[in-house]
Amino acid sequence: MSDFGDALMAAAGLLTGLNPDLLEIIQLSLFVTLTAVTIATAIGIPLGGLLAVKRFPGRAFIVLVIDTFMGLPPVVVGLIVYLWLSRSGPLGVLGLLYTPTAMIIAQCLLVTPIIAALSRQVIADAHGQYDEQLRSLGAARWQRIATLLWETRTSLLVTVLAGFGRANAEVGAVMIVGGNINHVTRVMTTTVAYETSRGNLTQALALGIVLILIAMLLTLLLHQLRRLNVEPG
Amino acid sequence: MRQPPDSLFPLAVSDLDFSVGGEQLLSGLSFELEGKGCTTILGPNGSGKTLLLRLCHGMLTPTGGSIHWGDATPAQALSSQAMVFQLPAMLNRSVWANIDYALRLRRVLRTERQRLVQEAVELCGLTEVVGRNARVLSGGERQKLAIARAWVTRPRALLMDEPTSELDPLATREIESMIQRVVAQGVRVILATHDMNQVRHLADDVLFLEYGRLRAHLPIGDFLNYQGDDTMRDFVAHPTRSGAIS
Repeated sequence: MSDFGDALMAAAGLLTGLNPDLLEIIQLSLFVTLTAVTIATAIGIPLGGLLAVKRFPGRAFIVLVIDTFMGLPPVVVGLIVYLWLSRSGPLGVLGLLYTPTAMIIAQCLLVTPIIAALSRQVIADAHGQYDEQLRSLGAARWQRIATLLWETRTSLLVTVLAGFGRANAEVGAVMIVGGNINHVTRVMTTTVAYETSRGNLTQALALGIVLILIAMLLTLLLHQLRRLNVEPG
Repeated sequence: MRQPPDSLFPLAVSDLDFSVGGEQLLSGLSFELEGKGCTTILGPNGSGKTLLLRLCHGMLTPTGGSIHWGDATPAQALSSQAMVFQLPAMLNRSVWANIDYALRLRRVLRTERQRLVQEAVELCGLTEVVGRNARVLSGGERQKLAIARAWVTRPRALLMDEPTSELDPLATREIESMIQRVVAQGVRVILATHDMNQVRHLADDVLFLEYGRLRAHLPIGDFLNYQGDDTMRDFVAHPTRSGAIS
């Protein structure tokens, strides 16, 4: 399959033909990524909110660490998770290495700092803008927090989508801790890398198209959300 | 709504100090305000007008001295007053929903909320824009909304921080008329301003601040005839706003 056009046509055929192997890989990818992003959101947004509105000893250091971890190299995260989950590692007894769970853990470690850091900034800006006004109106602490989260819902959703984009495109860490085992831990990005190295461009291209479509869908969603940020009525 | 205090007045400020990072921003302020009329806090930029309002409103804690609203506890005092900020923060929702929000916080029943919001909308001349998102309002409309949102909770005292400083003369005139209507309803207004025409038009008495100190607390007539201090005489002699209300 030397010709790019032919490869592209064959890839389209795989997609439209709903190739079962391809669907399995897409399904596992989305499962791993969505689970990781859900967990990262559940940790990242409350953590970001806490860092945005509370002053406590060590806060500046935690902010520095989280901001630094936004740019963590995925292969380093993969290596650390590998060392923890490998048979001789502290969590080796759990037998999680080369399972989707290990991939979810790795993606969580990559995405949580992104969601926490971005949501901290979003909530801190809103806190500066609204806090005194809300206190003046008599809002209790929980009412102020609820209002801040509601007022920033669009921006917070954007941070979650940014985290999803990062997780979905991730290859290095999941390759190390998942092992790219067929029918077990093979996801879209690792398949693209693997099939390309084997010269099998058809499946690589088909999954590449799906990845690009997901990225486009995300971008469209982000644009739409930004447009809706001021919604009359 | 919370149980109101027996008496919110007099507002007694005694030896009030406020400092940040070793810098004394307010020093030794003492005065007492009774429960009716409009007091203006006047003074040059940086004299501490906004700071004094925020302290009285309970947004800041004094570093010295005391502020007492009658026999009210701090929580009762806060729930019995409202403040209109110089740049009020608007929630990303409609004008109606912004006003309604203040009542929701106080757990007012829905039917009662509808009546109160409608009254506030009419009092503040917001009928035309009631369904519009608050973030797309003009400066004058935003200030009207801020006053409506403050007034709807039926405060006994309304603190206002230069509510017309960003507005053109026409919008200023509308806001001043609204303040007069609010005062006429028996709400105690304390208004920070550096606009002498506004003082002439609205004030019953004047607190004049300079460099964080209270230089004078006088009835409006005495203040306008005051001869003893250059800075205060300058304020009386050189109104800062054109388009004054006649």
